[in-house]
Amino acid sequence: MDEVLKFLEDWTRDGMFPWSAHCAAVKHFGLSHAAVEGLALAIGLFPARYQRNRNIVDAEGQARLFSSKVAVIGCGGLGGYIVEQLARLGVGQIVAIDPDVFEEHNLNRQILCTTGNLGFAKVEAARLRVAQINPAVTVSAMQDAFGLANGAELLAGSVVAVDALDSISYRLELAQVSTDMGIPMVHGAIGGWYGQVATQFPGEGTVQGIYRNWVEGKGIEQQLGNPSFTPAVVASLQVAEVCKIILGKGELLRGRKLLVDLLEMEVQEIPYDLPLELVRAA
Amino acid sequence: MQVTVKLFATFRNGRFKIAEQELPEGAECRTVVLGLGLTEEEIGIIMINGRHGVLDQKLGAGDVLSLFPLVGGG
Repeated sequence: MDEVLKFLEDWTRDGMFPWSAHCAAVKHFGLSHAAVEGLALAIGLFPARYQRNRNIVDAEGQARLFSSKVAVIGCGGLGGYIVEQLARLGVGQIVAIDPDVFEEHNLNRQILCTTGNLGFAKVEAARLRVAQINPAVTVSAMQDAFGLANGAELLAGSVVAVDALDSISYRLELAQVSTDMGIPMVHGAIGGWYGQVATQFPGEGTVQGIYRNWVEGKGIEQQLGNPSFTPAVVASLQVAEVCKIILGKGELLRGRKLLVDLLEMEVQEIPYDLPLELVRAA
Repeated sequence: MQVTVKLFATFRNGRFKIAEQELPEGAECRTVVLGLGLTEEEIGIIMINGRHGVLDQKLGAGDVLSLFPLVGGG
């Protein structure tokens, strides 16, 4: 390992080593990209791809992101952007969960969907995309529907669960499983011009509070559908929350939900008392 | 009695953003919701004077009632 570090150090300028050196180390020492990045970050060597993270995320923070596992539940409109942004940020392990394959009506907004992968599993597209962007990031592609029965297994080892689901009942199940497992959940939901984001820590019951009046069925998205920009906005807000949770920085959306109206360009903040009376998932 | 009703997102379509409504004393949130042609199932969040409310909650003079639809897509 010392040889690898010596090799990378020789290539390091201003605290950073380039992608070409990273690839050379992989080839020369027969290591994975993840192994090389892990070794480097552990001693404060910065892969140059993260240069523009550097004044926001220090070397210790970058190492913490790399050693973190984040579960993304749903790989459609929100989930595609979330996986992309987590990989570029440098989160080392992503669990991508979605049972579906791409269909033509996904092309208007789902960043992972192309004319070439219609009929292919969304989670497999997520894995291939991340391999192109950042091979040091490991994606576990789980082509499965999240629920109470398999939730604990799917979330095992993750430090954050990111809600990119398109069903309120499954969301409530995710809220319950993440609470039971002591994992923070970053909630996001969209419909037409509108979206919402909130972060709940175990026991806070915010997501249950958000859907306290829900009985069955879908929300406004059923009539409105979703355009290209709403998932991008909400997913980005969610990833900012994930980043802050991992780094322990800033003010999280705890005890409050941000409601974004892109038609009127208004943002509302709805408070949620902590803790709320918990509602059981249907 | 007069209450202020604020509507958000799709609830504004064909209605208003904010309006004063004259209601009988002791009227419930549900009266306003149904009077606007909304169904109970459409309601995501009810806020009364900035606090969470429920459909059968009684309103008082000068209350501000805000209604938000359910958002659940991904």
